[in-house]
Amino acid sequence: MSVVPTIRVQSRDFDLQEEISALTAGRRDIGAVVTFTGLCRDEQGALSALELEHYPGMAEAEMQRIGRLALERFSLMGLTAIHRYGKILPGENIVLVIAASPHRQAAFDGANFVMDFLKTSAPFWKKEHAQDGTARDWVAAKDADDTARDKWR
Amino acid sequence: MSVKLVYFAWVRERIGKGEEEIELPDSVVTARDLLHHLKTLGEEYENALQYPEVIRVAVNQEHVEHSEKIAGAREIGIFPPMTGG
Repeated sequence: MSVVPTIRVQSRDFDLQEEISALTAGRRDIGAVVTFTGLCRDEQGALSALELEHYPGMAEAEMQRIGRLALERFSLMGLTAIHRYGKILPGENIVLVIAASPHRQAAFDGANFVMDFLKTSAPFWKKEHAQDGTARDWVAAKDADDTARDKWR
Repeated sequence: MSVKLVYFAWVRERIGKGEEEIELPDSVVTARDLLHHLKTLGEEYENALQYPEVIRVAVNQEHVEHSEKIAGAREIGIFPPMTGG
């Protein structure tokens, strides 16, 4: 049976429990579910919001590609990745990754792998909005994210 | 060759538009050639593509290296390093 990742790019929020249930419904063979949720933080009060821009079409395609790589590499039983776009306030969700497998290590590694590649190759960009409402600048890409990705080579 | 270019994030803001259809001279073969050609189109392009080595290029919505040929491209995306997740 070939498993396909569930990939969504959306402006609306997601519900963690709903997404876990959708992934595990009717299954008796899944022994581990690892989830990662990325949230918008306010950077010690300096930020009022993040604006998430994406490349429609390519964002979904690239997330599918990353998801398929993870399914194959870690023999996952299921994978969900959801990324939001638009204006996101501190405390709100940005991204969700759920990996399911028979045992915990593959699920941990699968979710970690997907996040490392999402950050470095899925076409999304963050712009910061300052507390006074003015647009600050685009978030700069971090070398540490490339290093995190390269450990999977 | 005529191709649709799409820009994102600060590349889009500096060029001042999200997309455009442009005619490319025959001398533009690779993604790198394209970036250097665009830089000659005006101050806003020069400003957006000042450091072409950091710019990412996608052909038909797939990442490509700067050394790759762009022949046959319908849509070329040009954008800064990604910061999602």
